[in-house]
Amino acid sequence: MIAAVSDRVRKVPGSRERAGDRLFRRVIAGFAGVILLAALALAWQLARESAETWRTFGLSFLWTSDWDPVADSFGALPFLYGTAVSSVLALLVAVPLGVGAAVFLTELAPKRLAEVLMFAIELLAAVPSVILGLMGIFLLVPAVRAAGSPYGVGMLTAGLILAFMILPYITTITREVLLTVPRPLKEAMYALGATRWEVVRGVSLPYARSGIVGAVFLSLGRALGETMAVTMVIGNTPQIKASLLEPGYSMAAVIANELAEAASDAHLSALVAIGLTLMAVTVVVNGAARLMLYRLGVRK
Amino acid sequence: MNDALYARRKKVNALMFALTAVCAAVASGTLLAILGYIAWKGASSISWAFLTNLPKPVGEQGGGIANAVVGSAKVVGLAGLMGVPVGVLGGVYLAEYGRGKYAFAVRYAADVMNGVPSIVVGLFAYALIVHPMKRFSALSGSVALAFIMVPIVLRNTEEFLRLVPGTIREAALALGVPRWKVTLLVILPTAGRGILTGALLALARVAGETAPLIFTAFGNRFADNGWLNPIATLPHTIFTYAISPYEDWHNQAWAAALILMIFVLLVNVTARVWLRPSSGASH
Repeated sequence: MIAAVSDRVRKVPGSRERAGDRLFRRVIAGFAGVILLAALALAWQLARESAETWRTFGLSFLWTSDWDPVADSFGALPFLYGTAVSSVLALLVAVPLGVGAAVFLTELAPKRLAEVLMFAIELLAAVPSVILGLMGIFLLVPAVRAAGSPYGVGMLTAGLILAFMILPYITTITREVLLTVPRPLKEAMYALGATRWEVVRGVSLPYARSGIVGAVFLSLGRALGETMAVTMVIGNTPQIKASLLEPGYSMAAVIANELAEAASDAHLSALVAIGLTLMAVTVVVNGAARLMLYRLGVRK
Repeated sequence: MNDALYARRKKVNALMFALTAVCAAVASGTLLAILGYIAWKGASSISWAFLTNLPKPVGEQGGGIANAVVGSAKVVGLAGLMGVPVGVLGGVYLAEYGRGKYAFAVRYAADVMNGVPSIVVGLFAYALIVHPMKRFSALSGSVALAFIMVPIVLRNTEEFLRLVPGTIREAALALGVPRWKVTLLVILPTAGRGILTGALLALARVAGETAPLIFTAFGNRFADNGWLNPIATLPHTIFTYAISPYEDWHNQAWAAALILMIFVLLVNVTARVWLRPSSGASH
């Protein structure tokens, strides 16, 4: 309704745009375009600064695992591996928790209670990641060590911290998607005598599936690029070990740790190359997630 | 009626109800656990001296975080001055004229850039400013944070402008007021509260950012001077102190975390409370 009215305002029949209005429209269109320019400049800068690495190592940079700044020998595989494993681990923990919480808050909880809990969950999303890292160092690492891990720091700890970082995203977006499930569908199911859970399982979750997938992708994007919390607990050792209790490294963490002290241009270039790779991956993951969520009209 | 089946279905229902309740309790309880723990660990080290003194040299007990508080205010403030106007004006465009391919591209780019890791944005600021100038600086940190703010402010402004009723536009235009004046002097102020809180939330979000500052603002153990030198910030100080081997610094990290947390919570809670009565927008 509102949209229709403003549409008419936008195109008053037979009226020509005044000069001042045209100027105004162009100027603010320019401001809007800053984000497009910035995105292109970002990709271009990172490509330029990492050109040396791609020239020297080619794409094999991505699947060799030798990282020795002193010998100017660089391979990004341990970081790709660490980022992938810790992120997947985070999803394994956070997706069931988040979807469960969203179902409870949308379909089962009293409205008042749901509001209070949502408030807490949204505030959890506002906790700076360096603070979660701090909790990780002094609370989670000792706990994991007490549970029998030799180091405490490592993939498992990083995955757990990441899980709590992305939990609010999964919960809030899944909840928004669940709210779009048409009432008549649910009512029809209740009319057939279904229990609440059967309605959730039979109608709500299937209807919301693509939105939940979008939420998962969006959270995956966050997890892949999360830096501080991971840097503080993953152990920062460029190795590929099968055990989740072993220390690892992630793409974001190696940039955070080494860039300010990069000794040579080759080292710097290799770190930027990792950054470019990280950006490419997150842009693809986020781009896909957004397209899925646009179709559902979810705007978070 | 099959009573056994009915009983089982009821049991499954109750069980799943309980399981999802546990999920919700974990998700929301985490916040309480974090807040409680930080308050407990940090409160004992907070004092007026802690807030107003500079750090002591390595190895000496005591010292404060005055430089980090001032540095954070400077870096975040300058980021706001750069990022908020761009975001708001861009958002006005999307809301008032935003049809067609160009607007879709802007919207999509903003949403996708919003998800680009902040450390990558930091790399950008590094390549753009630090590398050519050959020095870490407060300015480069601000540019990185501003870049993170723009997509957030942009989309938020658009959402709030869309809530302004079309009748207000029509009324003003019917008086013969030019479109640009209507937009800037009537529509923008109507949505002003939402836009302002959106900008505040974006500020709170970047105030906690650490990753892009490590190799832009870099950190500094002394009082800051100017915009072109390395500068200390709260989150970066927390990080440095947390990974240090000194017990005293660990305590200071908790205290600094408590300060940062209080700021972030204050802004978030105020923004949410402030927005509630006037509009139904849930952000």
